[in-house]
Amino acid sequence: MKDAWVTVLKRDLLLALRRRSDVATTLFFFLIVSSLFPLGIGPEPAVLSSIAPGVLWVAALLAGMLSLSRLFAADFADGSLEQMLLAPQPLVLLVAAKVLAHWIVCGLPVVVLAPIIGLQYALPNDALLALVEALLLGTPALSLIGAIGAALTLGVRGSGLLTALLVLPLYIPVLIFGAGAVAAVQHGMSAQAHLSLLAAFSLLSLVLAPLATAAALRISVD
Amino acid sequence: MMQWQSWSAFFNMGGYAFYVWASFGLTVLCLVWEVWALRKRSAAALHLARLLAQDQ
Amino acid sequence: MIPWFAWMAAVFAMIGLYVGFAIAPTDFQQGEAYRIIFVHVPAAWMSMIIYIVMAAWAALGLVLNARLSAMMAQALAPTGAIFTLLALVTGSFWGKPMWGTWWVWDARLTSELILLFLYLGFIALQSSIDDPRKADRAGALLALVGAVNVPIIYFSVKWWNTLHQGSTISMGAAPKMVTTMLIGMLLMALAFWMYTIAVALMRVRCIMLERERSSAWVKELSGVAS
Repeated sequence: MKDAWVTVLKRDLLLALRRRSDVATTLFFFLIVSSLFPLGIGPEPAVLSSIAPGVLWVAALLAGMLSLSRLFAADFADGSLEQMLLAPQPLVLLVAAKVLAHWIVCGLPVVVLAPIIGLQYALPNDALLALVEALLLGTPALSLIGAIGAALTLGVRGSGLLTALLVLPLYIPVLIFGAGAVAAVQHGMSAQAHLSLLAAFSLLSLVLAPLATAAALRISVD
Repeated sequence: MMQWQSWSAFFNMGGYAFYVWASFGLTVLCLVWEVWALRKRSAAALHLARLLAQDQ
Repeated sequence: MIPWFAWMAAVFAMIGLYVGFAIAPTDFQQGEAYRIIFVHVPAAWMSMIIYIVMAAWAALGLVLNARLSAMMAQALAPTGAIFTLLALVTGSFWGKPMWGTWWVWDARLTSELILLFLYLGFIALQSSIDDPRKADRAGALLALVGAVNVPIIYFSVKWWNTLHQGSTISMGAAPKMVTTMLIGMLLMALAFWMYTIAVALMRVRCIMLERERSSAWVKELSGVAS
């Protein structure tokens, strides 16, 4: 069973590596969206640093959103998804492997790029650290919950936007606590509570989301 | 029990006429619209069912 | 059965409105504008109750693979969305004279807004899937995921709101509740509830007609011998 899990993980990572442009576009989107806000609002460092937590998190959410359609679509198109459904290994496990691959490919780069963009927003170092920690703890939840949306909208017209409509409300707690963590540090308080809640939410998602995703896949593919 | 001095006082709602009546009016409007739209849908569904039945 | 519920709705509405306008006294702080709560609060209550009932029907439909349960969930969604919208709009109309702005980002209004998104997502998903059975099951799963998330979302929004307190005033600062006010709200809530049942039954009938078009009982119903 562990072999199957590792196989799926490796396969997804390999495929993503071959289509490096997909990863790159997610990152570029994150970068571009983050650059739009100062252009729209003004370059004052004080203003930028106050909006930074929210803006960076929303940009991360949206960038993650874009990459969700790739989670299952390719496998669905070439029939390998059906094979996974028929496999003796529990679908939940295979789903978890795919989501982990997605997070490594799309979530982790955002975590790495974010502090650099945070510098553009005049965030002090402790806030930057809080940003990285929060994104690290929160982005798994984004991938996990996003997978449910991706699975529900498989093969549906206009699925990209529809997925966004379905998943963004569910992202709101992560957004609130993620941005809150950075804002707390900016105001001289500890981000401990926020980070703990983020971690708890990610853990809860880890337990429940793959189940829902597997159920959604069975509904969508059958 | 009636606490309104006159009908005009009632409609005026202590100066808040616009807000109060807009709220209630919108509520009534929405609910009436929903029922109307549903009746149209029902009629259309019946009509289509009739057509299909005739085709058989 | 539907006419019975429709009449009940009308009766409760008339009594409720009478209590709300004729019997309930003027509020000390908010004057007559507070009377908006006689639609705002019942609408908000209904928006939440309908979502729960919808999710329950959806769960039943998934577990028992029952078509009628799933159709009931589908039938309830639009009404729930309308009540959510009404709660938001009447909340705005209440907020403007009271607190000077058309919108406040307080915990309850913001949560209502997110609830509207959940409703719209459910409706959008179901209408975008062609196969009715698949649409039922996908929608049901979404409704359940949403239902599980609602407490989490509400908690986090509430927390977010307390963090940023300061100048914003909570919409929850309701007038000091006199019993007549409470009775008025309850009566209106009952009226909305009866209305919802009537409308949902009407809608589920439409859905059944639309889906089972070619079956024999529909042909009989439409008055053509099969």
